[in-house]
Amino acid sequence: MTQSKNFGFGEDEAMLRDSARKFFEDNCSADKIHKQVAHDYHIERDIECIWDQSLWRQIGELGWTAVCVPESAGGVGMGVVAAVALAEEAGRTAFPSPLISTFNATFVLRECTSDNAIAALTDIAGGKAATLAITDRAGSWEPSDTDVSVSDGKLSGTAWFVQDAKKAEMLVVSARGESGVGLYRVDPSAAGVDIEADAIIDLTRDQGHIRFDNAEAVALAPPGEGDVALSRAMPAMLCMVSADMVGAGEWLLQTTAEYARTRVQFDRPLGFFQAVKHPLVNVMLEIDRAKSLTYNAACAIDEEPEQAERYARMAKSAASDMAVFSSSRAVQFHGGIGFTWECFVHIFFKRQMHNHVLYGDGKFQRSKLADMLIGKAA
Amino acid sequence: MSEASKDTPEQAEFRAMCQAWLARNHPGQPPVHIPQGALELSDPAALEWLQAWQKSAYDAGLVGADYSKECGGGGHTDCQDIANQEMQRAKTPFFPNIIGLGMAAPTIYFHARDEVKQELLPKLLSGEDIWCQGFSEPGAGSDLANQQTFAERDGDNWIINGHKVWTSLAHFASWMILLCRTSRDDKYNGLSYFVVPIKSALGKGVTVRPLIKMTGETGFNEVLFDNLVISDKYRLDEVGAGWKVAMTTLAHERGAGMLVTPSAGGMVTEEEKGASVGSASSLIDLARQSARGDKTAADDASIRDQIMQLLIRQEGFRQNQRRAGIAPLTDHPMRIPLQFKLVATEMSQDIAQLAYEIEGAASSLYVNDPNAQAGGQWQLAYMNSFGVTIAAGANEVQRNILGERVLNLPKSK
Repeated sequence: MTQSKNFGFGEDEAMLRDSARKFFEDNCSADKIHKQVAHDYHIERDIECIWDQSLWRQIGELGWTAVCVPESAGGVGMGVVAAVALAEEAGRTAFPSPLISTFNATFVLRECTSDNAIAALTDIAGGKAATLAITDRAGSWEPSDTDVSVSDGKLSGTAWFVQDAKKAEMLVVSARGESGVGLYRVDPSAAGVDIEADAIIDLTRDQGHIRFDNAEAVALAPPGEGDVALSRAMPAMLCMVSADMVGAGEWLLQTTAEYARTRVQFDRPLGFFQAVKHPLVNVMLEIDRAKSLTYNAACAIDEEPEQAERYARMAKSAASDMAVFSSSRAVQFHGGIGFTWECFVHIFFKRQMHNHVLYGDGKFQRSKLADMLIGKAA
Repeated sequence: MSEASKDTPEQAEFRAMCQAWLARNHPGQPPVHIPQGALELSDPAALEWLQAWQKSAYDAGLVGADYSKECGGGGHTDCQDIANQEMQRAKTPFFPNIIGLGMAAPTIYFHARDEVKQELLPKLLSGEDIWCQGFSEPGAGSDLANQQTFAERDGDNWIINGHKVWTSLAHFASWMILLCRTSRDDKYNGLSYFVVPIKSALGKGVTVRPLIKMTGETGFNEVLFDNLVISDKYRLDEVGAGWKVAMTTLAHERGAGMLVTPSAGGMVTEEEKGASVGSASSLIDLARQSARGDKTAADDASIRDQIMQLLIRQEGFRQNQRRAGIAPLTDHPMRIPLQFKLVATEMSQDIAQLAYEIEGAASSLYVNDPNAQAGGQWQLAYMNSFGVTIAAGANEVQRNILGERVLNLPKSK
């Protein structure tokens, strides 16, 4: 092992995490989130982008968006593990915000060398929300796949499955030019940019597809270098989504355990019965595996980069499978009430199911890993 | 950064000593067949060779580093883990006195009177005395407290009668840690804990008979006590405190104890080379060697996915061990340590089970067939894996413990 024993999680990281945990405890109880995002149950409800912008401003003032921005661009320059700790806390409260999208954009921008990229990082450090528009209509997670093209420095085409599309103040768009895929910064309010919200299941975020019609763009990475930057940033992006799922998984575990301690049937609390107790322990095992793998992968990005992709795909595979398992068991063990809109569990269930496919589900990650560790199948 | 960069000055000096000694004193390739683990030992010549290795490591200070000098230890703080790391790195043989080091030693250390510690621990740590564990009985498996073996007080002595089963290494053991009943009035508070002689009492109150495992191997035994007389000084802790003492044993057995167990290993013998079994990565080689039409099992999408699942579990286990020591990243101090036994044993079982699927028709061949893949070792490993998912508290009991102690769910009894 050539990594720090403590995953690079030292006193500074612990202080940041503890302050985030307090912030979320003070501001984002499950009750409050439910009132906020689940106020309308109708399937045919209007698509809304619901989030607390004043909390986001506070987060900007606390400097969280600057955590992984290099010092040379006006940031704090901490390791990926610090962002992972924040993502875990955000997941634990199913926090609706562009925090993870902004971190993911940060990781991509860190892999670009242009002055424009540094300027974008400085804006993020100042609290600007950003997101990646890098996915095609087919939902491919390959960095080289995009339905957007660049011509004379202007973008045309559509980017799909854009996370936090309506919250972002900065879009980082992958687009194909004559010599490959480049990355471009686009102002979401610019002419020729049309953001159409998707009707998604997860109530704690928004997603959209964005049409570009000869839209003004600032080059971040030239054609041929954009997909390379995305590939290099992918391990950190996988870590962020994994950490969110680990946090949400822990909420589901603890909330379901509490229900199993108090709900009485057949004269016993549910948790007495091993048909409930043992699967809950299995959920805990899966959370701990996913959490350890996520911190390991985050540490590897900074300390053992040649292993980062392998470790990050392991983490995402474990976290994605755990997300499905933890959420399905939480609904099942809450029984009839767990199947209702009024129970908070569905908020986290839906966030887990959204995250588990983002940038590839468990099977996808394992297929990538098998190609790396066994070689392509004949 | 390496592990060494986090060492205290004492640990750094100790690590350098270990490295220097191991560079000169690795015992080399064994002259006899060495089984997969100490619990499978049946050949006295293999035991003798491994005992000589443990004794030399003990004399050099690599065994019992954290035990006090009065008890034959090294008197160090947090150095056993260093010795274990360096022995793994040097790919040494394992230690044969596995029950002595992992269970008996810490229990004696925390619960025996000083004269007994000084009498027993040096030869335990050196491996001269092999130890076995007398916990399970025909009527006390997962319900460990249902002990029927009885110790009756007779002045300064105790007279012991009863029947212990699944007793690994009893056929080589000089001593046994014994949980038994001293009162029938209370299930838990009627238990007491002793150390009792085995080898010197054979034919004088002790009978050891081999039990044959489903693999066809022996290695464990039943032990019968018929009016065995032992001195009261060999009682650990108070009369009636046996359950509490047993918890010290079990915590260490499950890797969740106060003292780090001296542990060596990593050696690959000549006969094992090219037929390595046990780890998820070795399944990749097995899959490449296993035909599927004009392709191999390594080209099969389902097999590839399952191998990756196990590699991920294996890495997850390794990273859990790492995280268990980082307080700010663990919400409950026992949450990860209490998972070790459960997770490790089920992982080994699933790895060996997948080997059957990969081998296909050839998985029907056993160790005595010249055409068996990997010498039939995967089949042996699969069957033996049930020993560890059942032993030390069946994994169903481990799930109860985790649910009750960590998730605070009501007790299932």
